[in-house]
Amino acid sequence: MTNEELINELTTIQPNLVPEAGGEWPNLFVEAADWPKLAQALRFKDDLFFDYLFCLTCVDWKTHLSMVYHLSSTLHRHNIVIKSKLNREKPEIQTVCDIWRTAEFHEREVYELFGVNFLQHPDLRKLILPDDWVGYPLRKDYEDPINMIKL
Amino acid sequence: MIEEIGTTKEGDLIINVGPQHPATHGVLHLVITLNGETIKKIEPHLGYIHRSIEKMCESLSYRQFIYTTSRMDYLSSHINNHGCAMLVEKGMQIEVPPRAQVIRIMMDELTRIASHVLWWGAMAMDLGAMTPYFHAFRERELINDIMEETCGARLTMNYQVPGGVMADIHPNFQRRVKDIIKQLYKKLPEYDELVTGNTIFKARTMGIGYISKEDAISYGVTGPSARASGVSCDIRKLYPYEGYEKLHFNEVLHTDCDTYSRYLVRMLEIRESISILEQLVDNIPEGDFQAKTKAVLKLPKGEFYTRVETARGELGVYVVSEGGTTPYRIKFRSPGFSNLSALDMMSRGQKIGDMVAIMGSLDLVIPDIDR
Repeated sequence: MTNEELINELTTIQPNLVPEAGGEWPNLFVEAADWPKLAQALRFKDDLFFDYLFCLTCVDWKTHLSMVYHLSSTLHRHNIVIKSKLNREKPEIQTVCDIWRTAEFHEREVYELFGVNFLQHPDLRKLILPDDWVGYPLRKDYEDPINMIKL
Repeated sequence: MIEEIGTTKEGDLIINVGPQHPATHGVLHLVITLNGETIKKIEPHLGYIHRSIEKMCESLSYRQFIYTTSRMDYLSSHINNHGCAMLVEKGMQIEVPPRAQVIRIMMDELTRIASHVLWWGAMAMDLGAMTPYFHAFRERELINDIMEETCGARLTMNYQVPGGVMADIHPNFQRRVKDIIKQLYKKLPEYDELVTGNTIFKARTMGIGYISKEDAISYGVTGPSARASGVSCDIRKLYPYEGYEKLHFNEVLHTDCDTYSRYLVRMLEIRESISILEQLVDNIPEGDFQAKTKAVLKLPKGEFYTRVETARGELGVYVVSEGGTTPYRIKFRSPGFSNLSALDMMSRGQKIGDMVAIMGSLDLVIPDIDR
């Protein structure tokens, strides 16, 4: 499917999606509450068939956090980027590791580095940092006078 | 982080494997739940070599951040640099001269051969064969000599920069590449004699560590590990970059999905890389090795994503730019991280001795996973 067709198809499934201009692939914003339903459609609808989640990450925009999901289809070879704005004070979004198994590790990484709480994640623990680490290092306001060298 | 080491209520044994280099291919720590000799669960504990490269990159300029990526997957450092350089070129619309493109591809393929050859030795050593390791290092040494002559370094080359390559190739480069091709043609049958057809090796790897095509895609496994399950995922073929579309080479696919087929895919990939080198070694175009770029690089506001095929799989570089001289946020989608996540699923129900073979066949490089 071309980018326009993809956006049309997805806005019929989920009318309140907000497309964002720019980037080589279609960018769509989804409400965190609508994400599980959209994820199911993206993965299991035959003409979409996004079976490969190749990148899952988060960006701290100081006013809010933004989850970024890069999806690709190994059958149709089309790509899409889904984003979701989260409240910075209490970031919560449904896990997708039951749909794309690779999300389990990636979500654990985002959980410890950004503090995003993935609801119904089977094993949400710190992955890279020690258990007693305080703070979320990849947030923009993170300060660590001992370990961080400012350039 | 580590709960209880010992015995669970059900009588299962919990043991630690690693973090020891080179036994677990770097400082990888696995907590394994065992029922007798059978694996019930594997829990990787990461972070022993975590340097927070993504956070560091936020305060480094677009010329500097490339150097940190050599320290991620140190066996594919050329290809990591390549991905980052391509991202800057994409954002600033810099055109790379044809000579630089060909040099880049040749360096990438030399790296791939060196990485696969080293993996071959390490894989055999994991399974108790000491000799292949020395054979592997003999060939890798020759490739490292080429790197040293042209790039000035043997491991963290930092040779590929935005706009092309750092310096022109050494006058000996072509001759040395031809030598290594000749050497590999002579030695690869020896590799096969030593390991590929070895009955013990086959018995220890065939039918072990099964991962289906669907699971491989779902777990985000890429590179030779996924191609052994029949997933067509070679970025060089799917999203060609830097002139790979003009070259003749095959994407090696196997459908047995086991440890042995992952082995075979890598062995065949060495031959494909040799074929690419043969096509290019006498056809390096004349001209500049680097495009003219501004002293201070600034990416326009927006988001950029590039992917390259490293020796281990798909490396994705995702940059969010605010229009300044440093990236606002950078994310490396490293192939090892996703490949490791499948280890638990692949090893469940297998014997602990086989876990070593499965882990070896995934070709993990730990700094790539921890970043």
